[in-house]
Amino acid sequence: MTGTVQRVGQAVALVGVAALLGLLVWKVAFGSEDGAADDLAAGKVVAAPAFSLERLDEDGALSIADLRGKAVVVNFWASWCVPCRDEAPVLQQTYERYRDDGLVVVGVDVNDFRADARRFMQKFGLTYPVVYDGKGSTIGKWGVRGFPETFFVDRSGRLVGERISGAVDIERNRDAYERGVALALGSDR
Amino acid sequence: MRSLPVVVAVALALCAPAAAAPNPADLEAELVCPTCDTTLDQSNAPVAQRMKQIIRQHIAAGWTEAEIKADLVDQFGPGVLAEPPKSGFDLLAWLLPLGLLAAGAVGVGIVAWGWSHRRGTAGEDAAPPLDPELERRLDAELERYEA
Repeated sequence: MTGTVQRVGQAVALVGVAALLGLLVWKVAFGSEDGAADDLAAGKVVAAPAFSLERLDEDGALSIADLRGKAVVVNFWASWCVPCRDEAPVLQQTYERYRDDGLVVVGVDVNDFRADARRFMQKFGLTYPVVYDGKGSTIGKWGVRGFPETFFVDRSGRLVGERISGAVDIERNRDAYERGVALALGSDR
Repeated sequence: MRSLPVVVAVALALCAPAAAAPNPADLEAELVCPTCDTTLDQSNAPVAQRMKQIIRQHIAAGWTEAEIKADLVDQFGPGVLAEPPKSGFDLLAWLLPLGLLAAGAVGVGIVAWGWSHRRGTAGEDAAPPLDPELERRLDAELERYEA
């Protein structure tokens, strides 16, 4: 009887240790979500991570798949982010300038209050689509590390150019922004 | 005279203390800043400051603690709560550690019982009765030695 109890105890302990070890291996192998931004920086061909989110500019939802066939500038922002205010007019200008060429700017409002975001959109006269991601569900998949960040998606749904950290209108980002827009449109200039 | 109970009820209702307004400091300790993963009272991140402001506005507008938390969960998701809710799937976060503790206690009990039981048996086995012939010879030797 005691031998059986001991063997059962040992088996339970072994199973427990194996389960913990498995968890550790899984976490190391799959748990560190680098996101699309790191793959893009490593020169890999990366599809724009999918999302389907509530729209703030009108009723309904918008998914990245709905924009297949269009050049897309995806801008992650929040109303409490100061550089986001500086770049908002530039994004709006880009949208107005290239809209007829099939370019869409999509704002993804992250970790924010809906009402604050709508006030921001009104204040800066944003007319491009804006989706709401209060929970920050897109951050990990896209590899967003701060706000604002901007990505470029070509007409086939692949990420192109480079991830822009910080406002798109500042000196160090201006060239990368123009190149990203051109690559998304399919007219690398 | 018949209106006396009504008068008393109205007087009691007027004298009854209003439900206490939520304490902003308590709420800030129970809610998490979504960009820095610390509680609001530990954070000066812009979004945390805005959340603190909104909490105060809601309190001033007469919202209850539950209403304020529900609003913030609606905006930022359940991750904004420092403690997981005690319902649905999140209940597991409360029950699992208790279950594991109980299972551990039962396991330790079983192992301890097994050890003590084995020791008891081993104690009995350690002193087998002597062979009568050997015992007789041992007694004889002892008597001779003492003489």
